[in-house]
Order: sequence, then structure tokens, then C-alpha cells
Amino acid sequence: MISRFLLQNMDKRGYAFLAIVAAIGILVPLLNLAVPAGSPLHVPTSTMSLWGKYLCYALLAISLDLVWGYCGILSLGHGAFFALGGYAMGMYLMRQIGSRGTYGNPILPDFMVFLNWQELPWYWYGFSSFPFAMLMVLLAPGLLAFIFGWFAFRSRVTGVYLSIITQALTYALLLAFFRNDMGFGGNNGLTDFKDILGFNVQAQATRAALFSMTCVMLIAGFLIARGIVVSKLGKVVIAIRDAESRTRFLGYRVDRFKLFVFTVSACMAGVAGALYVPQVGIINPSEFAPANSIETVIWVAVGGRGTLVGAALGAVVVNYAKTVFTSGFMAPYWLFALGALFVFVTIFMPKGILGTAQQLWEKRRKPAPTATPEPAPAE
Amino acid sequence: MNASNPGALTSSLLYLDGVSVSFDGFKAIRGLSLTIEPGEMRAIIGPNGAGKTTMMDIITGKTKPDVGTVMFGGSIDLTKLDEAAIANLGIGRKFQKPTVFDFHTIEDNILLALKAPRSVAKTLFWKTAAAQAKRIDDILGIIKLGDARDRLAGSLSHGQKQWLEIGMLLAQDPKLLLVDEPAAGMTDGETAETAVLLKEIAKDHSVIVVEHDMGFIRELGVKVTVLHEGSVLAEGPLDVVSANERVVEVYLGR
Repeated sequence: MISRFLLQNMDKRGYAFLAIVAAIGILVPLLNLAVPAGSPLHVPTSTMSLWGKYLCYALLAISLDLVWGYCGILSLGHGAFFALGGYAMGMYLMRQIGSRGTYGNPILPDFMVFLNWQELPWYWYGFSSFPFAMLMVLLAPGLLAFIFGWFAFRSRVTGVYLSIITQALTYALLLAFFRNDMGFGGNNGLTDFKDILGFNVQAQATRAALFSMTCVMLIAGFLIARGIVVSKLGKVVIAIRDAESRTRFLGYRVDRFKLFVFTVSACMAGVAGALYVPQVGIINPSEFAPANSIETVIWVAVGGRGTLVGAALGAVVVNYAKTVFTSGFMAPYWLFALGALFVFVTIFMPKGILGTAQQLWEKRRKPAPTATPEPAPAE
Repeated sequence: MNASNPGALTSSLLYLDGVSVSFDGFKAIRGLSLTIEPGEMRAIIGPNGAGKTTMMDIITGKTKPDVGTVMFGGSIDLTKLDEAAIANLGIGRKFQKPTVFDFHTIEDNILLALKAPRSVAKTLFWKTAAAQAKRIDDILGIIKLGDARDRLAGSLSHGQKQWLEIGMLLAQDPKLLLVDEPAAGMTDGETAETAVLLKEIAKDHSVIVVEHDMGFIRELGVKVTVLHEGSVLAEGPLDVVSANERVVEVYLGR
């Protein structure tokens, strides 16, 4: 039943994506752990963690593509769900430090001792348990998305107005998490992590396992998103994107369908954030910055909106470019390059890298297309 | 059909009485009263701005009337319901400008319209049953788009889109169909075929057709209601209505 749902109508592109991610998830940790450091085939741990970060972004991009590419909800606040998932994981990691912190308090994290707090705030309860923390990774962003979406979609807030309030949402959270008395470490966020499930987060083997886990979750996220968009529900969602009131006159409760994909997408973004935190070693309020959410939109647009695979591709390509750019003499110009890229893609490649590549491929294969032209978003 | 319904206030399928609505002070509908019997086909004509489309908006829940009664099936107050609830009661609507889902295939357009549970969970785990697949095939046959089923609806001609929309209405299997200008932008041949198709549909559905094309209405051969400035000006067979002086003055005589 479940595998039928996840694998129905899988196309070549989907299989290629799954094969590549699976291969990376096995080979990279292997080349890191089993190949000696001097060998040309060796993958340094830092490179592995860097790519782990890209793959977390790829999962975030897929989650955004689900709501933007297929349902037409341009969320400019998806970074908020990513960050909330990250904070849930961060809280677990903080509780694992125990008495090894600078102040040696067995219960309170360092920043709380520093602020002279006497006891753990109630919302930190339970985070010493891994299963509870993982539940919160899904629930915190999921619940926020559900409540936010419930009001927004019922009141039929759409288009640019919805985009603006999603932006306001992430900005409000940014300001809230900056405050020390919120109990999330304020400006500095959560860091100095020691263990995850009893394993040292800095250890090479742990890093390799986290990398593999990221690949597993990327595959799972892709399969779930794809299962949704090829189902009849996916067709309804695309119908909503293209002709919302028509869909309503067919008898579909548009707000509920939007709420469903928005909530699923937020949970997926939360998982991406939770995998991101142990690999980069810190979570702080800057993850809520509106610019982060907007950058995510750029990844999806660059890769190809409404394709899922393209979104993941866009996230990796743009972030790789960002790493290359910001580490050399061109560092001051990165934002110009990003802006130029977005303008270039919007004007010359409206279907993104993947859509454009597909068009070129189809042109080469059959110069006189007899079949229907493939549209950008439908799949 | 309502004899068995104890809560019924009227035997009509659709009952509008004293309906008024205004937009920014402009009275689009003023004191409109109209009844449609089960199984009836009715044509509605009137000059631009007579309130034809606004009337459809009120029936389908897009616009709420300021005052007046709108009852469906004798006992259901449509003014209390939203678009989706009204659609699920069995009122289907075809828009003036054909609105099909351009990025879906023709078959998927029909599938989306097909009468079936509309909940999130039911659509997520949907599997088309054999009977439903057959129904889709039948409808594609009726609207003559069977060979084009895998084409995207966006690639259809204007006339074909109108037909696809009528097919979607059929798939919904509503008790009442509201059809807004089905012949707009069609060739004479297509118009004639559309009239035949609508008459076929009217055999087992109630239909309200809004149309400007008098030739088309003559082909339908049904009772006509003339709207003018938001209320009913005349009602009756086309020949009687078109002989009415007031109708000639405000509409036909132009």
C-alpha cells in the first residue's frame, strides 16, 4: 500500500535522482572512512559535512517546491520551519551536554546559567529524550504551519499578500529568538554540542552517519512529495494553482488542500533543519532571517519550479557556487552574482535548469514534436 | 421529487424570491424572482449588465445576496453555504470564459470533475475504479475528445474547451447545471452541435442556459426568461417573449 503510493508512476528522472542520492549516501561516507587520507579518492570530513549541508538545503528546496511549484503558494518564510526543526534538534543536543558545559551545571545549558536562571523552563522538558525531540522536529514546524495556514487559507489570503505575511512570520520569529528571555540562547543560539545518541558529534564516523542519514531523509522526502503530487490530490493541488475558484466550484475545499500540503511541507523543512544543525554545529536566530527564505525560493527557481528534482538540483548548484564564490577574492560580490543569477534564470530560463535541459533534450530527440508540449510545472 | 421531502417549502428545484444585491451602491440584482422545476431547461437572455452572471454567482455561492430567498431542492438555503458545499449539493457551473485546467490532460480534467468524494484523504489515496474509468470514457465520447484524452487542455481550441467544460459538468452529474454562454466564440457548426448536446443533457438534468445568441436559443426551444436591470422583464416561450414591446425596446430592438 505504502510502497505503491510512493512508487506509482515513477519516471526515469525520479529513478535517476534516487539512484544518485543513494550512491552518494553510500560512497561518500565509504570514501571518507575506508580510504586513507593520503589517497586521491579520499573525501575529507569537512567536504563531507559541507555536502551534507547542501543536501539538507536540497530537502528544504523540495519542501518549498511542493507548496510553490505545485500549489502556487509562494512561501517567503520556509526558513522559519527549517529553523524550528533545527532548534528542536539543537535543544536535544544541548541537553546531551549534561555537566560537561563550561559551568558544569548538570541540568541547565550554559547560557541559562550565565543568565542566572534557576531552573529549566517547562518547554525544555522532554528534550533529553531523542524520540521526543524528533517528534518535536515534526510537530513544532507542523503545528505552526497548521495554525498559520488555517487562518490564512480560510480567509482566502492568496498571492503576494500571503507571501508578505509568511515573510512577516519568519521575521517575527527572528526577533523573538534574538531575545535572551525566550530561553533559546538569544543571539548566540545553541552550540558547543557534544553527543548525539551517545556518539561524539565531532567524530568522523558520526559525521559519516549523519551524512548517510541526510541522504536517506532526502530520498524519503522526495518519495513523499512525489507520491503526493502524482496522486489525485496532487492533481487537485495543481488545479488550485492554475484556477483556484474553478476548483472550488467543482466542490473541492481549497483551504483544506492547501493546509495539507503546507503542513506536510513545513514538517519536511523541519526535518531538513534537524539534520543541518548537528552537521554545522550551531543553530542561531539568523536562520530565521527573511533573506534565507528568499534564497530558498531562488534555488527552486534556478533548478526548475514544479519538478522536485530540479529544486534539489538548484539548491546544490547555487550553494556550491556560493561556497566557491565566497571563499575566494570574489567574496564581496556574491550577492551581486546571486541577484544576477536570479534575473538571468527568470528571463532566459523560466523553467529553470531542469526544465531547459528537458526542452533541449526533447528538441534533439524529435525535431517535429507530435506529442503535446511538456508544460513547466505539471508532471 | 420533493413530495417525499417533508421539509420542502416548494416543489421547485431552484427557487429565488425577492433577491437583491448591490455592489458599491450599484444594484446589480433588484427583487429578482425565478423558479426552475425539476427536469426543466430554461434560457435566460438580457442585455449586458442585466444581472445574468451575478444571478449565477448568487446561486453558486460566490456572491451573497443582501436580501431575498434562494432555496435549492425545496428546503436548502443556498445563501448559508459556500461554493464547495453548493457544488457538492449538485449544482454545477460552466463559466462564460472557458476555464479548464490548462496543465492537466483532458482525461484528468474529467477525472477531477467526476462525482466522487472530495476530501483530502480520499483524493490522496484515490484509485480510479473500473466503473469510473468507463464513465470517463463515455463522457470523452459524448464531447468528442476521446482521441485527444492525453493532450493538455491548454492546447485545445476555444470551442473544444467549451465542450470539455460541458463534459466536466456531465462528470459532476449535478442536479442543476448553470451554463453561461456556451456558444460564445463558436462557429455556426459548433453552435448547432452544442445545442444538440445541451438538449441531450437536459433529458435527465435541470439546466439554466444564459445566452446572447438568439438563433441558439431558438434551437433549444425552451421557456425563456428576459432579465433587465436586475429583475425579470418577461417570461414565456421565445415567440411570445420576442413579441413583447418592452423586450423589443430594451433588448431585441437594438
